[in-house]
Amino acid sequence: MDYATLLQLLDSTLRLGTPLLLACLAGLYSERAGIFDIGLEGKMLMAAMSAGAVAALTGSVWLGLLAAIAGSLIFAVLHGVASITFRGNQLISGVALNFLASGITVLIAQALFGQGGRTPPLTDGGRFNPITLPFAESLQGVPVLGPLYYEVISGHSILVYAALAFVPMTWWLLYRTRFGLRLRAVGENPASVDTAGVSVKGLRFAAVLITGILCGIAGAYMATALQAGFGREMTAGRGYIALAALIFAKWRPWQALGATMLFGFFQALALRPDVVESVVGRKVPVSMLDALPYVLTVLVLAGFVGKAIPPRAGGEPYVKER
Amino acid sequence: MMDRLPKWADVALVPLVSLLLAAVISALVILAIGQDPMEALNVMVTGAVGSSYGWGYTLYYTTSFIFTGLAVTIAFHAGLFNIGGEGQAQLGGLGVALACLFIPWPHWSLALIGAALGAALFGAAWAAIPAYLQAKRGSHIVITTIMFNYIAASLMVFMLVDVLRPEGQMDPATANFPEATNLPTLNQIPGFSLIFTKDVPANVTFLIALAAAWAVWAILWRTRLGYQIRAFGKPGAAAQYAGINAFRITMIAMLMSGGLAGLMAINNVMGEAERLLQNSASGAGFIGIAVALMGRNHPVGVVLAAVLFGFLFQGGAELGLWTKIPIELRTVVQGLVILFTGALDYMVRIMLIRIFALFRTPTTAKGAA
Repeated sequence: MDYATLLQLLDSTLRLGTPLLLACLAGLYSERAGIFDIGLEGKMLMAAMSAGAVAALTGSVWLGLLAAIAGSLIFAVLHGVASITFRGNQLISGVALNFLASGITVLIAQALFGQGGRTPPLTDGGRFNPITLPFAESLQGVPVLGPLYYEVISGHSILVYAALAFVPMTWWLLYRTRFGLRLRAVGENPASVDTAGVSVKGLRFAAVLITGILCGIAGAYMATALQAGFGREMTAGRGYIALAALIFAKWRPWQALGATMLFGFFQALALRPDVVESVVGRKVPVSMLDALPYVLTVLVLAGFVGKAIPPRAGGEPYVKER
Repeated sequence: MMDRLPKWADVALVPLVSLLLAAVISALVILAIGQDPMEALNVMVTGAVGSSYGWGYTLYYTTSFIFTGLAVTIAFHAGLFNIGGEGQAQLGGLGVALACLFIPWPHWSLALIGAALGAALFGAAWAAIPAYLQAKRGSHIVITTIMFNYIAASLMVFMLVDVLRPEGQMDPATANFPEATNLPTLNQIPGFSLIFTKDVPANVTFLIALAAAWAVWAILWRTRLGYQIRAFGKPGAAAQYAGINAFRITMIAMLMSGGLAGLMAINNVMGEAERLLQNSASGAGFIGIAVALMGRNHPVGVVLAAVLFGFLFQGGAELGLWTKIPIELRTVVQGLVILFTGALDYMVRIMLIRIFALFRTPTTAKGAA
């Protein structure tokens, strides 16, 4: 594999890792606050459909993004009501919302556009276009780093850079603000937060809503940047892979960046059978490559994260002492 | 205020009210996409239960859902959430295909036993890895079983495209199974043939599904193993102090769960398609979750809920055929049923408790408090 191929792979890694990163950070807020969220997948799907539909109808990608966040938030609120207000089983609620999203997205897209559950292909104004970073062209001649900057780092949509910026922002919010301290406390020991006179339900709802917003951006990225429109089941398990990355990252933001980019790299590899072939030295069936990200996810879960300790109150509804 | 419901209300009323809520919201969804919910219901009832021919399809789906519902149920009792029924059922299909294609069976009854063993074995094997990882490595079984669904789908593509597809055939599928392995459908079975006069897909597997439901009940409530599984699934450390081996119970419960999900394949692969196709389980593995929750994790409830979802599945297919409502409405209803019976059952219960409280006379209310 030569340097140019490697750069192409890394470029796809960043492109494919971004929705995982957004979803992973989304899950991080919720799970750090003690609410498991299997429903990242459904929220992303709902967001992707909303973004695709609104961007197609209005021609504005920004309205599409807003719609995506709104669509995702509806599902986040449902999850919050089920798991916080009514103390339901958080795993089951997430699974239910995933099915709901899987069906309702096709129903709505079909009712709006009648194209078999897709949204129409988006044209220029309806998509987030690649941005060329400053000096990318002129520095292209610099050996090694020049092409790296031009090929890999520059030339992505604004959502990619936003996702990357969310990593330090999340770190700062979690570890350097009062809200972050309380958020982490409510996931470890909600009774202590309650005793301090801070609303457990309020904090958890805040976390679930942040999760909704980030999943909304992730879905919008899927339908308006990575691809040009919504297609049924287009998230293809990314919400679950993001969850696996979250466990791999042990619920920490910087590690989440590393984990999601690793999974992004697996997905990039799966798209390049020729590269895999030249490295392995024999022909590999495409179906095997399709399974690669999922197999590696299981290996990661099995091998390296045996001792990943989730937030202690995760999955447990909080019942106020009387 | 009384905070408990009478037992009959808890067992029957809570799921029924949940179902009603799911139905009302589905009707609103149908209205919202500009269609007529009453017409939809009419089409579904006529198509799924309005004739013995419709029932032949409804019971065919019911059979699959009994297996996958029981699979989820048995894992639930051990405190494990097996979302991998879909993949396990697909692997079960592989087991059936290998047994039917490569062993020369003299008669369908022997083939059925062989294929059932193959189906259960392959399904159980596919559940064994997530079970082992959960028991030994602490990998969350919900995520690993989901991953295994995706891996199963890829594996089946590989097997059907690169391995089992006959020379010269275009579509990714195995060859047709030999005649001797074809199971009798209900219209070919004496007695049933009086009711089912046309050729229907429901087959002898339906009776096996009912037997499996009885067996699951007997294992869970009439054996020491079942007691251990149920004790292990309860919160708290009681099972541990009672000396129940967590690794053993996790493995056994998941192997049985995967085996049951795999067994579904004798219905759809051997009984209906008579060859292995891609995506053979077609969502039945996931519907098992809704069936188990709706059926209150009891085999009797599972059978009833499976009939309901059989109706929904067949009726939904009719909707896709005769109306402008997409077939995906089934997935919406499925999600709503899981939401109301699984995650919002506390809400439904509170609603019912309030309603019950309205009809109580003050004296009995005082006595209850």
